[in-house]
Amino acid sequence: MSYIIDRRLNGKNKSMVNRQRFLRRYRGHIKEAVQDAVNRRSITDMDRGEQISIPTKNTHEPRIGHGQGGRQHRVYPGNKEFNTGDELEKPQGGGGGQGSGQASNQGEGEEDFTFAITREEFLNYLFDDLALPNMVKQSLARTKNFKTRRAGFVSEGTPNNLSVVKSMRNAHARRIGMGAGKRRKLKELQAALSEAENRGDFGAIETLKADIADLERRLKKIPFLDDIDLRYRNQVKVPMPTSKAVMFCLMDVSGSMTQDVKDMAKRFYLLLYLFLERNYEQIEIVFIRHHTSAKEVTEEEFFYSRETGGTIVSSALKLMHEIVSSRYDENEWNIYAAQASDGDNWDDDSPQCAEILRNELLPVVQYFSYIEITPHNHQALWEAYQQVGSDFKNSFAMAQIRGPEDIFPVFRELFSKEQYEEAI
Amino acid sequence: MSDYISTDSDWTFELLEKYDAEIARVAALYRLDTYPNQIEVISAEQMMDAYSSVGMPIGYNHWSYGKQFLATQKGYQRGQMGLAYEIVINSNPCIAYLMEENTLPMQALVIAHACYGHNSFFKNNYLFRTWTDAGSIIDYLVFAKNYVRKCEERYGVDEVEQVLDACHALQNYGVDRYRRPKPVSAAEERMRQEEREEIRQQQLNDLWRTLPTKKQDANAVRNKRQFPSEPQENILYFIEKNAPLLQPWQRELVRIVRKISQYFYPQRQTQVMNEGWATFWHYTLLNHLYDEGKVSDGFIMEFLTSHTNVVYQPGFDSPYFSGINPYALGFNMFQDIKRICENPTDEDREWFPNIAGKDWLDTLHFAMRDFKDESFIQQFLSPKLMRDFHLFSIYDDEAADHYRVDAIHNDSGFRRLRETLARQYDLSVREPNIQITSVDIEGDRSITLRHTQQDGMPLAGDTYEVLKHIHLLWGFDVHLESWDGENMLKRMSCPSISVEL
Repeated sequence: MSYIIDRRLNGKNKSMVNRQRFLRRYRGHIKEAVQDAVNRRSITDMDRGEQISIPTKNTHEPRIGHGQGGRQHRVYPGNKEFNTGDELEKPQGGGGGQGSGQASNQGEGEEDFTFAITREEFLNYLFDDLALPNMVKQSLARTKNFKTRRAGFVSEGTPNNLSVVKSMRNAHARRIGMGAGKRRKLKELQAALSEAENRGDFGAIETLKADIADLERRLKKIPFLDDIDLRYRNQVKVPMPTSKAVMFCLMDVSGSMTQDVKDMAKRFYLLLYLFLERNYEQIEIVFIRHHTSAKEVTEEEFFYSRETGGTIVSSALKLMHEIVSSRYDENEWNIYAAQASDGDNWDDDSPQCAEILRNELLPVVQYFSYIEITPHNHQALWEAYQQVGSDFKNSFAMAQIRGPEDIFPVFRELFSKEQYEEAI
Repeated sequence: MSDYISTDSDWTFELLEKYDAEIARVAALYRLDTYPNQIEVISAEQMMDAYSSVGMPIGYNHWSYGKQFLATQKGYQRGQMGLAYEIVINSNPCIAYLMEENTLPMQALVIAHACYGHNSFFKNNYLFRTWTDAGSIIDYLVFAKNYVRKCEERYGVDEVEQVLDACHALQNYGVDRYRRPKPVSAAEERMRQEEREEIRQQQLNDLWRTLPTKKQDANAVRNKRQFPSEPQENILYFIEKNAPLLQPWQRELVRIVRKISQYFYPQRQTQVMNEGWATFWHYTLLNHLYDEGKVSDGFIMEFLTSHTNVVYQPGFDSPYFSGINPYALGFNMFQDIKRICENPTDEDREWFPNIAGKDWLDTLHFAMRDFKDESFIQQFLSPKLMRDFHLFSIYDDEAADHYRVDAIHNDSGFRRLRETLARQYDLSVREPNIQITSVDIEGDRSITLRHTQQDGMPLAGDTYEVLKHIHLLWGFDVHLESWDGENMLKRMSCPSISVEL
């Protein structure tokens, strides 16, 4: 007696929970590996999974078993030239444990336990403990998008929302309820009638029949469907957080910015992009580069074309403000900006930059981060920004990056959850 | 015109049914008595899932299964490891998984192997009949899974994980070796669970009573309360019943691990026999079909290729050597028993007077029913097979500079060789002998375990880790003493230091 069942369509991820348990247990190890990977990987390469290794001794499950040593007899197949009493040289180091079965295969090995995590998981660990500042507050407070959702049934509404099933059920209940007393009476009368007929009491029969007819008439008068039965599907409007974001990348491309510095900036932008991508359905990126004047460019141009000349940072900020006001309505878009520079600026320009930020940009953006990529001391721009930073703690942050190894720590610092807890 | 059941190598459900029906017909000719079969076709990914839950169709959640899964997945994706063709579960109905990637001859092999070979072994071998209840295991596993989940919701994943980790470390010491356990039953478990929790706590309270007893018989009580009165080998059971600080739900978790461990106990003792039996029957049944002209030459060629791979035994000096292949040893032993019955040589008559010339099918069924690996080898391994395998035995004394060849496949060596090999499959030799000897119930409540050393073999390096787990469950000091005869060699304590004597 056999049944053959096709189980292929059943879920194949039965082990998913156990896998998650494993990842959870070794969270610390995995996080470390992910951070290493970030520093190791090339900038275009952030968006995939990762091989994680954990030292076997950490994942080992202890069991009681025989250790090496003592006196043992072991049987092997494949004898060729041995005879009873032969003595064999012991191999140097190791060996010998084979007889004790599988237990030693997993336990003793020096090799690490390695496994792969997916892109999703990689990013999860990468951005673990990070949060987008102001996201919830801003998007709900200013939201203009609504979504209609069902919300039960109401007794008033428009005919197109009429719920037939619900209404008929109500009507049915009402008919039962309203007729109950009359039907009981009717039954009693009918019983009395048949009794009267048995007795042959014709007077009683007459009156009973009249009563019965009257009752039946009244029962019939109970309306099949009444206004009070009607039920309408209710719809409510729920505010929806906007799920669109635009990310402005601002970069100084004057002569003093070398390709190395640009690469570091690019890594920072990339992290920001991946991070935003996890939170918003749709993301646009605007690249603005500047020297003495600013220009909106493509990604390719942004990162790889060379320019020379002086530096006027405010030109880029002005351009960004123009673009925001013409294309990205602050109510519809979550606006993020990241500015990278080596700190150089035309001396008289820095106060102006701070002014633009303070009055034009910071009121509309969710978050503006400024990174200064320089091993040297700060210049005027940093000081001007610092002033702004202390006034707009929730939407402005700045940090200095000295070398590639700083990028991720700085990124974490800028977006760490604790820092923005009050804001959210 | 041919009578072939199929000529293609792709399988369909109709063909699977046909093959199953044919194999069942032939199996009945050989009196194979099986549970009903539930054959499930699954994908490779699902096979990996089945793998990592150590062959249980439903398991509670635990990180170690996740680890197993990741290791399997990695091995498979890199091509280092093929997946097993089948997994079969000792349940009623007997569940067997077929992988969809298999070709039709492979599916037929698997059906014969798992659904008629393993299945009849599960139903008839005395160990399985004594220790497991195939009818209720699935229900019990469902119960266990739900119970663990509920505990996780109530007490937190970490708490549950800690207890399960500790139990897993001891799972080989959760079996009553000599007493027949009550078969598990999910319905009963659920019903009795609350009642059990209460009673357990009551008994415990009695054991750990700290109120002074009446003065006049205080001495008598002191003498009486030697506990446990006899050494206990089932450590998990002892903990479940007597650990002073465990919560009722923690005791239930200990019980679950213990019960499942018990369920797998027969499988650990019959590897050679079980695989040998299944391999013998897939070989015999499909050859029978071939002889009847039901399967084509191509079919039988492909089948034989797989079969040959399965029963290949590399020599000790081969790079592929990884111990004695239980499929090879088991298959050849059953084949050999058949040979001894049908065409005994003089040597066979001398060694096996009881079975030489007897009905081979009766003998085979007898061998399958009433033995486990250890006794099976001791009883049926013939000199001819030892010669064919070129078996030899090595004596390895830690103190000596050389290995000594102890016995080889010749007249003076056969008995010794057979004995040594049989011992190698004896669980009580393979696992260190550890028993609970005393609990200091009047004093510091510490528990003492005694390791009786065999052949000077010390305990493995991670024993202290296991002690930590025992300590977690017991809640008070744990001592482990290693004894060689009358001498105590070593005493380990947790939490504390270990002392070499």
